Amino acid sequence: MNILNLYNCLGTYLVLGAMLMAFGMYGLVTRRTIIGMLISAELILASASMNFMAFNRFTAPNPAMGQIFTLFIMAIAAAEAAIAVSIVIAVYRNYKTIDTEEVIDMRG
Amino acid sequence: MQGTICQTAGAALFSAESFVGLVFLVTLGMLVTGAFIATTSRRLVRAVSGLALCFTGVAGVYYFLLSPFVAMMQMLIYVGAVSILIAFAIMMSTPEEGEAPGIKNAPLIGPLGFALGGLVFAALSILALKTPWQIFPRQGRGDMKHMGTVLLTSHSMVFELISLVLLIAIIGALVLARRGRN
Repeated sequence: MNILNLYNCLGTYLVLGAMLMAFGMYGLVTRRTIIGMLISAELILASASMNFMAFNRFTAPNPAMGQIFTLFIMAIAAAEAAIAVSIVIAVYRNYKTIDTEEVIDMRG
Repeated sequence: MQGTICQTAGAALFSAESFVGLVFLVTLGMLVTGAFIATTSRRLVRAVSGLALCFTGVAGVYYFLLSPFVAMMQMLIYVGAVSILIAFAIMMSTPEEGEAPGIKNAPLIGPLGFALGGLVFAALSILALKTPWQIFPRQGRGDMKHMGTVLLTSHSMVFELISLVLLIAIIGALVLARRGRN
């Protein structure tokens, strides 16, 4: 398999999506700030949409479906980021920190 | 390698196709470097820059997947809006750079997270490369016109719902960020 022909193969994109997923899960486990975890969650969402786009290009019968699903994922991710950022600001206003270890008394 | 679907055979070296392949490798490098910086850098500002780099790489990959519209949306929404939003959140919530030095992580978190990521990556890659994917005959062209037609006919309900979700998210974000301010 030629390395310069990678962009024509389905496997490349699937492995790329798996890699983004692995990076996101690693970051989600190791990050201690809320914003760091939010960044990792965005990576996981990007991996999901990359899988949809790859199957849309190579196997799907309707080539518009994966693109539309990716657009929906983008909208959900934007909404999630807006909510998460406002939660970060509210937490920071009350606790003066965004470290997840220090806001554990929020568990109710 | 069974199960790997490749559209065309390899092209000759020093041709237009191999230049495209080179550009794809550069895009891939941007994506991997950005994801690495976004998850491992200690300072959050650098992590957000890595995230923007990674999303630029993802937009390039979408371009290679024959959907320039989604690539443009990726640049607009992720690189232009979400990364900037997170950068604003960092500016408004961390007076000192990066994570607080006082508290250490639990000692096993790093290796455990690495093992988890490695396991997920290995499992998903093996699954992706071993599965014999089935190719269906294509109906429609998948360009912007086709996408718009599908979006406003068979998916119009989802389209309306997603705008409702966005509206509620905006109002909720405003309420959450406003509370506690005198």
